[in-house]
Amino acid sequence: MIEFLWPTLIAVMLVFVIGLYCVLVTFNLIRLLIGLEIMIKAVTLLLILSGYVIGHPYLTQSMVITLIVIEVVVMVVAVGVVLNIYTHTGTLDTRSIRELKG
Amino acid sequence: MAALFILLPLFLVMLLNLPLKKFMRPIVFWAILAVSCMQLIAVIFYFQEVSQQTLPILASVFNFPLAMDSLTRVMLVGIAMVTISSAMIANSLAGNVERRFNYLNILLIILGGMNGVVLVKDIFSLYVFLEITALSAFILIAFRRDRHSLEGAYKYIVFSSIATVLLLASIALLILFTGDTSFAALSTAIKGQGNQLVVFSIAIFIVGLMIKSGLMPFHGWLPDAYSTAPDSASLLLAGIVTKTVGVYPLIRIVYSVFGFSVPVNNILMFFGAASIVFGAFAALTQADLKRMLAYSSISQVGYIILSLGCGSLLGMAGAVFHIFNHAVFKSTLFANAAAIDSKVSSYDLENLGGLAQKMPVTGTVSALACLSVAGIPPLAGFWSKLIIILALWASNNYFYAVIAVLSSIVTLAYMLTLQRKVFFGKPDAKMQNVTEAKFSVLLPGIILACVMIAVSISFPFLLGTFIIPLKGI
Amino acid sequence: MFSLYVFILAVLVLMALFTIMTTSLLRAGLGLALTSAVLTVLMFILNTPLAAVFELSVCAGLIPVIFITVITLTKPLKKLEAEESAKEKFHRFRYLPLIVLFLFVLFVALNIKLNIALPNVEMEPDARQIIWNVRRMDLIGQVMVLLTGAFGILVLFREIRKR
Repeated sequence: MIEFLWPTLIAVMLVFVIGLYCVLVTFNLIRLLIGLEIMIKAVTLLLILSGYVIGHPYLTQSMVITLIVIEVVVMVVAVGVVLNIYTHTGTLDTRSIRELKG
Repeated sequence: MAALFILLPLFLVMLLNLPLKKFMRPIVFWAILAVSCMQLIAVIFYFQEVSQQTLPILASVFNFPLAMDSLTRVMLVGIAMVTISSAMIANSLAGNVERRFNYLNILLIILGGMNGVVLVKDIFSLYVFLEITALSAFILIAFRRDRHSLEGAYKYIVFSSIATVLLLASIALLILFTGDTSFAALSTAIKGQGNQLVVFSIAIFIVGLMIKSGLMPFHGWLPDAYSTAPDSASLLLAGIVTKTVGVYPLIRIVYSVFGFSVPVNNILMFFGAASIVFGAFAALTQADLKRMLAYSSISQVGYIILSLGCGSLLGMAGAVFHIFNHAVFKSTLFANAAAIDSKVSSYDLENLGGLAQKMPVTGTVSALACLSVAGIPPLAGFWSKLIIILALWASNNYFYAVIAVLSSIVTLAYMLTLQRKVFFGKPDAKMQNVTEAKFSVLLPGIILACVMIAVSISFPFLLGTFIIPLKGI
Repeated sequence: MFSLYVFILAVLVLMALFTIMTTSLLRAGLGLALTSAVLTVLMFILNTPLAAVFELSVCAGLIPVIFITVITLTKPLKKLEAEESAKEKFHRFRYLPLIVLFLFVLFVALNIKLNIALPNVEMEPDARQIIWNVRRMDLIGQVMVLLTGAFGILVLFREIRKR
């Protein structure tokens, strides 16, 4: 069982970096949300892996289910904000919402 | 009985949304006031009964592992006060009845969420309630659906979600060391261990919480979110939400789970000091009232983290007292911004001016709050800054103590600039018709100013009952 | 078994890479659904069937549908524009292999050893249903999150009434 640990950790790290890179590089509002989703998937896999390694998957199962519920609602609210931005600016480019000098 | 703090808002929201719309619309505001005042009274006067007893009916169905200690007590008082102020301002200023109803319902949910954050004893439940609070905050920021608010909300969503992912990764790695996620189990398994994986997960956790609290390298979302949100939402955010979701978990986790160790202390102090200096200097150059207050918030949160990083119990007491003080005076300042906005509809510092003659109450309250932020002697801000600087000096961090004192001078500078530009001087041509804001908008500011004066005067009394018990959290 | 597992992990990484590198947004949404499907398979292998079913139905079904709805609502499918800028799209990803390589070198250099003493978790009950009693606080949290989501939809998705 424990030999699953190393390759999965490497895969989690890779997927996390891929998601983070997508968030940092993209100029599209929706692609940013997709990148966030990919990062959340990496963390889901890490949670499941932890539960598996300690031999007790039930705790992490309930945590993953809660996490998925919360993630869906966050995505719905984010998509609502993106739709409203589109109604105002007519485009999905992140460069169009850089009016405030952050 | 502590579960009531979380369950009561939840049941109220479910109750208020039953199909009896005509009855329910006017009740919402009084429901929020009732719940928050009950929370205040219960926590200040009946603390022992509330924290120990359990109602038998409740205990059979909902026995939750909740804990209340002195730190929770301070946070609950702060949460209740700021929620009352925010509800009062929202009730006077929000649009039509329908939107006000939605706004106040979301305010109830965020109250329940914040109560949950400070009451739980389990790191994953902490995450769940952090997400509830953050979600409600997203909706509150984007409430008016105009262009700038949506930009601020979107940036907050992205930064907060990245921080959430980091927190979850840290929780997942920490589960490898213990099969349970409660604070007690984690602390027995982790304290003092030098395992590389533990160090890595601690580092990730602290980075995630620093993003959520808006410290120096990760503050990108904060000025935009604070300045573009509607006034009562800015008040809520700046007054208590950022501290509840960012600073309180740091204090709880660093104290109860990880323990103070030299690298953790150094990281906290370094980033705290960097935030103080950056926030103070950036606030000097702002041209918008709310953005200046936002950078001032970054600076004050830096003070809290700097004090936490001392590692001594006096430092922690200073940090918690400063959280309370900052909640009070920053809420006052944002309440004044709401009052100004309701009459002038502009936040531009260059155009405002000479409002002291037109809006005398606002001017006085704002002057008190500004002096308290800057740390002028009889007011409450001075006492908390004094404790912070004493804690730094006592733990031999002379360099950071000097930075704290010098930044205090810069804080005084920008606060006086704010007061001068907004209230003193000669009124502009457009400002001739400005009158004092409505009483319902002024009321939160007046109440908070009275709280500030009460805290300043009764400081020796508070030192015994309020702050010393914090040492034994 | 082990080599099959590593193969599925590789498929997961490749699908994630495809999702972010593809030029059309619709394909990115589909890529997200496929990534979730591969993650479901992994979760089945790792003995967590409940969470796997949840992930499949929600993350591979509901969320891509939301994204594809939004993409269709906000961008009429103009293929010409997409293909014009497709040539330089890969230019953005030139740093990604460098970062991965850098992380790999960091890992090997720090010589990270995972010597974890696995904890004994006899304190946990066995059946799945009891988990919902142990973690009931999270259930209250989920109810509050769903209520918040309902209010979010009410606030954000209401039409701007034209006067």
